[in-house]
Amino acid sequence: MTVHTGIHTRSAIKTRTGIQPISAARRAKDRLVQVLVYLAFALAVIPLLSLLWLVVKNGIGRFDMEFLTHSMRNIGARDAGGGAYHAIVGTLEQVLLASLIAVPIGLLTAVYLVEYGEGGRLSRTISFFVDVMTGVPSVVSGLFVLAFWILVLGMPFSGFAGALALSILMMPVVVRSAEEMLRLVPRELREASYALGVPKWRTIVKVVLPTAFTGIVTGVMLAVARVAGETAPLLLTVFITDSINVDPFDGPQMGLPLYVFDQAGRPTDTAINRAWTGALTLILIVMLLNLVARLITWWRSPARRR
Amino acid sequence: MRRSAFRRSRGDGPFRFASTGAGIVLLAIMAAIGVFLVVKAVPALQANTSRFLTELTWQPNATAPVFGIASLAFGTVLSSLLALLIATPVAVGVALFISHYAPRRLASVLGYVVDLLAAVPSVVYGLWGVTFLVPFMLGPSKFLNDYLGWIPLFGGDTVVGKSMLTASLVLAIMILPIIAAISREVFLQAPKMQEEAALALGATRWEMIRMSVLPFGRPGVISAAMLGLGRAMGETIAVALIFPATFKISFQILGPYGNSIAANIANGFGEATEVGRGALIASGLVLFLITLLVNMAARFVIARRKEYARAAA
Repeated sequence: MTVHTGIHTRSAIKTRTGIQPISAARRAKDRLVQVLVYLAFALAVIPLLSLLWLVVKNGIGRFDMEFLTHSMRNIGARDAGGGAYHAIVGTLEQVLLASLIAVPIGLLTAVYLVEYGEGGRLSRTISFFVDVMTGVPSVVSGLFVLAFWILVLGMPFSGFAGALALSILMMPVVVRSAEEMLRLVPRELREASYALGVPKWRTIVKVVLPTAFTGIVTGVMLAVARVAGETAPLLLTVFITDSINVDPFDGPQMGLPLYVFDQAGRPTDTAINRAWTGALTLILIVMLLNLVARLITWWRSPARRR
Repeated sequence: MRRSAFRRSRGDGPFRFASTGAGIVLLAIMAAIGVFLVVKAVPALQANTSRFLTELTWQPNATAPVFGIASLAFGTVLSSLLALLIATPVAVGVALFISHYAPRRLASVLGYVVDLLAAVPSVVYGLWGVTFLVPFMLGPSKFLNDYLGWIPLFGGDTVVGKSMLTASLVLAIMILPIIAAISREVFLQAPKMQEEAALALGATRWEMIRMSVLPFGRPGVISAAMLGLGRAMGETIAVALIFPATFKISFQILGPYGNSIAANIANGFGEATEVGRGALIASGLVLFLITLLVNMAARFVIARRKEYARAAA
């Protein structure tokens, strides 16, 4: 008689007991579920592989110096050539401005939640709405900036308006990751600092924040990677242009995601190919940011330091 | 530990004020989103010559503006629910694979691969969907229509690639990583003692999962699915490229029908007049309220179990 014990039922110990062996039906069911679970994973990975393959295959053709250094000025949908220089510049400026707005607010909010909030009603409310804010659709943040900044205040479409919309999407991500990192800072460090007579705010600035620094940087990079690919808010706030506009505070700009959307909507193969190359460039930027963030985490992970 | 520093420093007040202020700014932004959408939506709603909530068509740019949210809201809800229906079982499978089936060493790498799905920008999904998935889906859609056409969902005379089904499929792929990631964290937190006890009693791996992991993870999976639902509803650019942008209510998911609030905003913004922009903002307000409700419900479910809170961040 066989009794299955131990983890994963494979290590069988032969003993003589009155216990029945695992019936064929139960074993079959176990196998069936295992196959289904493996299948689910394959199903999830297939679209990713298909997408990456097509982006590389279709995008690599136009991934040249002209694409990276020229704009689309005076280039129609049918014309060959043209590039995304104006879009790359726009994306970099918009994302940088968005980070300049979102990171200080997000970081200070995280400091409040961890160091000052102490589980009070205000901190619980903020914490809840930070979570809810993560779920605000990107198009809604674009509409908000459109309504508030452009229609009510009468400001022009500009890269800065786009940055405002992106910063709304970044803030909750920055708060959550920074909060988690600040909570990881050992309480003993804070207490040692207090014991030396250092006031609370200097303790936060000189002890807590530097300790959590790499973790916070990682969170910020992931947030940047998230918003760098956003299209909908830019469409409503930055508008679209084919020319180079390096001033993010005045006039329509372009962004890489917008560029892909714009070119994909034009009905010729040359335009679609430009869209693929734009997509390739965008994915490379986003993946690079993700990778750098992961490397920083891995490099400074507690498991490695121990 | 309410006050750890014995002596109040001069810098403490301002610093405390700044960090509290930042938190309040966040709350103010959430409130401002609602307020300013209402402010800009009201004039357009007053100019509307039809009932906003029940009207199907969307012609806010006409001299006598006629527009309503009915067909758009229907499309948003139907496509998101379909996406959820497709994504949740697969995502739970993926989560189980990574938490309980994959070899330990590979698990974190494979988890990262699934997370990569979330890192792909939505416009790239749109491009992939419209150039690859739309023509690809024509075959399977015809098959469904031929053999399962007696089910109203797959019925209809015309079958196209740019359909509700294709859009839902893209949405499903996009929300899969978030559902999988949260479910995975929850499954990993299932009490090890119970799992081992189940195995020790002779349970197979599946029986162990069914008896100890799934019951423990159920609320987590439910809230993960609701967060995914919120994402799907707000998703814009990918579906804007795929939906045929009609203003009809039709359950024929293989036919040339389909639109959503978000897709309509992206497609209609370029040629919108002042009333047109107001109308789009009004539809955005509806979207904001729906996603707000879905997300708050999801967060309440998560908040009830503290140990999930970290996973959903």
